[in-house]
Amino acid sequence: MSPTTLPASPSTWDRVRSYSPPGRYLPVIGTFALFVGMFGVGGLQYDQFADTQNLLNLLRDNSFFIVLAVGMTFVILTGGIDLSVGSVAALSTMVLAKLLQDGWSVYPAMGAVLLVGILLGALMGVLIHYLDIQPFIATLAGLFLARGVTFLISTDQIPITNEGFFEIAFKQVTLWSGYTTYWTVLVSLATVVVAAYVLARTRFGRTVYAIGGNEASAMLMGLRVAVVKVGVYAISGCCAALAGILYGLYLSSANSRAAIGWELDAIAAVVIGGTLLTGGRGFVIGSFIGVLVLGTIKALINFDGSLDPAWIRIVIGVLLLVFVVIQRLMTRRQT
Amino acid sequence: MTDILTPAPVADPPAARRSVAARIFGHQLVWPVLAIVLMLVVDVIASPGFLSIRILDGHLYGNPIDIIRNSAPVMLVALGMTLVIATRGIDLSVGAVAAIAGAVACTRIVGAADEGAASAAILACTTALAVCVLLGVWNGFLVSVLGIQPIIATLVLMVAGRGIALLVTDGQITTPTNGTFSDLASGYVLGLPIAFLVAVGMVLLTAALTRRTALGMLIEAVGINPDASRLAGVRARTITWTVYVFAAVCAGIAGLIIAANTNSVNAESLGLWIELDAILAVVIGGTALTGGRFSLAGTVVGALLIATLARTIPSIGIPSEANYVFKALVVIVVCLLQSPRVRAAFRARLRRTSEPKAVAA
Repeated sequence: MSPTTLPASPSTWDRVRSYSPPGRYLPVIGTFALFVGMFGVGGLQYDQFADTQNLLNLLRDNSFFIVLAVGMTFVILTGGIDLSVGSVAALSTMVLAKLLQDGWSVYPAMGAVLLVGILLGALMGVLIHYLDIQPFIATLAGLFLARGVTFLISTDQIPITNEGFFEIAFKQVTLWSGYTTYWTVLVSLATVVVAAYVLARTRFGRTVYAIGGNEASAMLMGLRVAVVKVGVYAISGCCAALAGILYGLYLSSANSRAAIGWELDAIAAVVIGGTLLTGGRGFVIGSFIGVLVLGTIKALINFDGSLDPAWIRIVIGVLLLVFVVIQRLMTRRQT
Repeated sequence: MTDILTPAPVADPPAARRSVAARIFGHQLVWPVLAIVLMLVVDVIASPGFLSIRILDGHLYGNPIDIIRNSAPVMLVALGMTLVIATRGIDLSVGAVAAIAGAVACTRIVGAADEGAASAAILACTTALAVCVLLGVWNGFLVSVLGIQPIIATLVLMVAGRGIALLVTDGQITTPTNGTFSDLASGYVLGLPIAFLVAVGMVLLTAALTRRTALGMLIEAVGINPDASRLAGVRARTITWTVYVFAAVCAGIAGLIIAANTNSVNAESLGLWIELDAILAVVIGGTALTGGRFSLAGTVVGALLIATLARTIPSIGIPSEANYVFKALVVIVVCLLQSPRVRAAFRARLRRTSEPKAVAA
């Protein structure tokens, strides 16, 4: 067991055998095992399910959830919550469609949408940090506000017919041996990588964890709590806006009733990914795998065809419950 | 020593006079009530006949009646939410519970032998409420026994609940035809809408239970500090559990009223965001989300404010979808008014009026 009793140079096999990952990675590894297991079950049960192309489709169908969950991870790591992401995503799709309809070209329109998301998020962050309003309530106001503005822009569906937009939306990237994917998938994966880097390697990221661990201590240590807390909500708003853009690219239309309940999916993905809801512990990669787990559930139930789609929500709820109870048991053991 | 500790029994006259005005304007319900009055004034300016109430077939008709009728579901959900929040919890699942209640009731009525019979409606509603009790027991179990944060514990049912409701209705929009059931929303007793009477009845019952017995104090004790109250002999766990069951039952009744109002149940949209409206009503009513104290009267006023807002917006010519924007503004304003930091900033500004106008933004 203990490395001191081992011979001076343990063989590779010994090192593999005695390797145990650091405890903080265990939740992520568990989620990953769950994902592999579910995907494997799907592959055994249905032809084509475990096909690489199906995995790529899974990424495409969930690209917007991946981005949302990345933003939500930042917020939850600080011990907060962001209920507004679904509404902000719907608002972003709507604003994008409206701007394109009004003759804007694609990139300025996307930039404007991202700016709106960042501003909305920062505004909520200011309410939360400087005015001491609970994150739950401040982002609830954000939810109502974004949804209301969405309805004000249009209550109908707005189709997106911009040519430049279609070019981006359906531009494919050829991977190895004929497998193709879309740009949107690469954008969402890039978001994960950038977020993981920011959280693991930058001062901003360390401050996020410190605030989640204990905000008062973080403040006393002289960390820039205000900037980071507002920043975290701005990041979440930006991610929600980006998710809205990706959703627009996915559907080529905007609907004011879209994205209802996405905040719950995002929170569920983050929790299933092993991030502690009280903040301070968790990884972006976990949330990414969490989204894949939820996506696999949806894909499995859709593949089956005989099951009612209503089971998707029930299974997600049960999974959420299991992970929350595990979290609870783990934190109880440590305290 | 005792003379110093006990305050002088008779206050000096100017202080007493000030305290009357201070008591009125210091009361937490002044601002919401003023807001309702203001909205009604705006309504009357926009359409002069807004407040007129007519009697038709022995029932009262008119916008004010509509407002109190439409306030019933939010009032009920907010009533349960008030007690949950008083224990420092929160129940996000009420919308899903309302959807399940509506789904169970409607499918039971449609499946009954005689679809139009009053007994079918009563049996269906009873079944629905029994299911709600079970759902409340479930939430209460997660919160009080497993000790999971309320927001997360109830999130589970919030996510799964609509799936359950969809399963119950088989994904269809179920439309029962039953006079007794639709009376729940559109019927009148003594000229007043039954929905409103049900809501007010529940509020009065709750008020009697919490303010005429020690129950309210015990709930507040749990909200202030569950561990301390347990050590003091309060059955904190049982009280927490009961409160979630109560919230689920209230949400269930609200779901029945909503389903009866449209004579249909759509598991996807019934009670969507009602939890947020209910939390809004509770917060407007002055119940702090940090728990430990609650105001049922405040919740009633909050629910009426939301219903008045919903009626005012179309009456002044703004599309009713803008409702959400105004709700957001109400949430922010109410929170700012309640925020100690903002109050302190205002007080500091009032004291030093010569100072430059700089409020924390």
